[in-house]
Amino acid sequence: MTATADTRPERTAATGGGATTVDTPPSTGEGVLTGAGTAPLVRRRGRGAQRLTDGLLPAAVFLVLLGIWYAITYLVLDPSRRFLMPAPHVIVTDALFDGPTMEKIGEAVGRSIVVTFVGLAIAIVIGMAWAIAMSQAKPVERSLFPYAVALQCIPILALVPLIGFWFGYGFPSRVIVCVMIALFPVVSNTLFGLQSVDRGMHELFDLHGTSRLTRLLKLQLPAAMPAIFAGFRISAGLSVVGAIVGDLFFKQGEPGLGILLDNFRARLQGPELFLTILVAAALGFAVFTLFGWLAKLAVGRWYDQARDAS
Amino acid sequence: MSAPAPSIPAVATGARVLHFRDVAKAFPDGTVALEGVDLDIRRGEFVTVVGPSGCGKSTLLRIASGLSPATGGTVEMDAERIGYVFQDATLLPWRSVLKNVQLLAELHGMSKTSTNQAARDAIDLVGLRGHEKKLPRALSGGMKMRASLARSLTLDPDLFLFDEPFGALDEITRERLNDELIRLFHAKGFGALFITHSVSEAVYMSTRVLVMSGRPGRIVDTFDVPFGPDRTPELRFTPEFAELSGHVSRALREGHS
Repeated sequence: MTATADTRPERTAATGGGATTVDTPPSTGEGVLTGAGTAPLVRRRGRGAQRLTDGLLPAAVFLVLLGIWYAITYLVLDPSRRFLMPAPHVIVTDALFDGPTMEKIGEAVGRSIVVTFVGLAIAIVIGMAWAIAMSQAKPVERSLFPYAVALQCIPILALVPLIGFWFGYGFPSRVIVCVMIALFPVVSNTLFGLQSVDRGMHELFDLHGTSRLTRLLKLQLPAAMPAIFAGFRISAGLSVVGAIVGDLFFKQGEPGLGILLDNFRARLQGPELFLTILVAAALGFAVFTLFGWLAKLAVGRWYDQARDAS
Repeated sequence: MSAPAPSIPAVATGARVLHFRDVAKAFPDGTVALEGVDLDIRRGEFVTVVGPSGCGKSTLLRIASGLSPATGGTVEMDAERIGYVFQDATLLPWRSVLKNVQLLAELHGMSKTSTNQAARDAIDLVGLRGHEKKLPRALSGGMKMRASLARSLTLDPDLFLFDEPFGALDEITRERLNDELIRLFHAKGFGALFITHSVSEAVYMSTRVLVMSGRPGRIVDTFDVPFGPDRTPELRFTPEFAELSGHVSRALREGHS
């Protein structure tokens, strides 16, 4: 957006004001490229314009949403009730630039990250062991898979009172909620990956009298890695949800994001509440991106992720 | 039925590596894939089985390799080490060419030094030197097949089983690989059982061609191939080659009807 403004100063000057960019149509970008003469070939211009549109369209949607937000805050809500949906810039000035609030949120994020990753790590270890056991013998799969499905079907929230009852209302219970929510994708993706190894490759190993362990280590696990990482990625997102949900129910000990959310809600601190929600969203997004990147690092060399990425 | 020209053995034949007597294969659903198959292969013999699709050619190889048991007759596998080249190259996509070629030696618990040596030698033999670090996705179909071949060569097999290995390749690549395989065969002197549905490939490669009928598969004709070890692509355009191919084709048609 800034590049557009730089190359066409007269337009920016003409529009002026705070909301300049709101009404910038995506076609401006095309106009700039053509006008600047950077694209002598039609094909190249098309591709450049394509890339620009890819960036501009989501940005335009963002601006529209921002506009709706402002409209609700200032046109729909009575001034006395604006704390229900404080304007974006109020969130920035009252919460983001407010030292004590940011300190609280920062600490809470740190604790939620710990809960998320401890829960995720445990879910990965248990889930992979579970799936590997099932992949080794049909009777084991038949005995254990229904329980994996059951875990997925039981509303975890229904178990929350029991978890608190047994394990207290602090860190261990929050982690247990994370594990229970994040477990199933690891189990099902790992199992799927281990079982979908090409038959020809299995026969290659059959021909050479390979032991189960060697087959698992040299064939099944490497072949399953793309599926396993896809599972990790889903589980990582769910684990963030688990950390926040766990917080809402288990309030003993140091507050994580969930407790903070609840506190801000109870005290009608609109801007602080919104900022915490945005931070929680950013955490989820960061974890998801992290695992996408890890998957690329692990299997991107040989596995074409274009099919199931993003 | 034998070819008109006198039979000149291409390579001195050696110890018997595979023996089939009256072998049959019936599947649980009642389909009879093979019936009364007799077959003997010695080191230095390149035996090709040619037959229509679905006649049980691949079943024959699966029985020979032990992947699938026969349901009748006797199978004696005398080879200590067998090589099996599948229709697909079955390379592990996460391993480089070198690592793929080393796989079987690894599975057989060969020492690191001899694994490395065997892999280097095999890669040289199939002409893949310089491509060791590439991943299978970066290889052409022909190169994948070479890597697959090199992988089996590391074990120095007495018997090589080939399941239509070049079926998916274009004609030019296929003919080039035919020549290289003949060269390897003469260098190593293994016994080979080669499955194909191409008459010309069968006649060009083999010391003996077996014609198989449609289901249930049985060997309906045997041809000894008189051409010597120094086969060149020009052989395909000689009258002798055409005549023998004609005989094989006719046997194939008669067996199929």
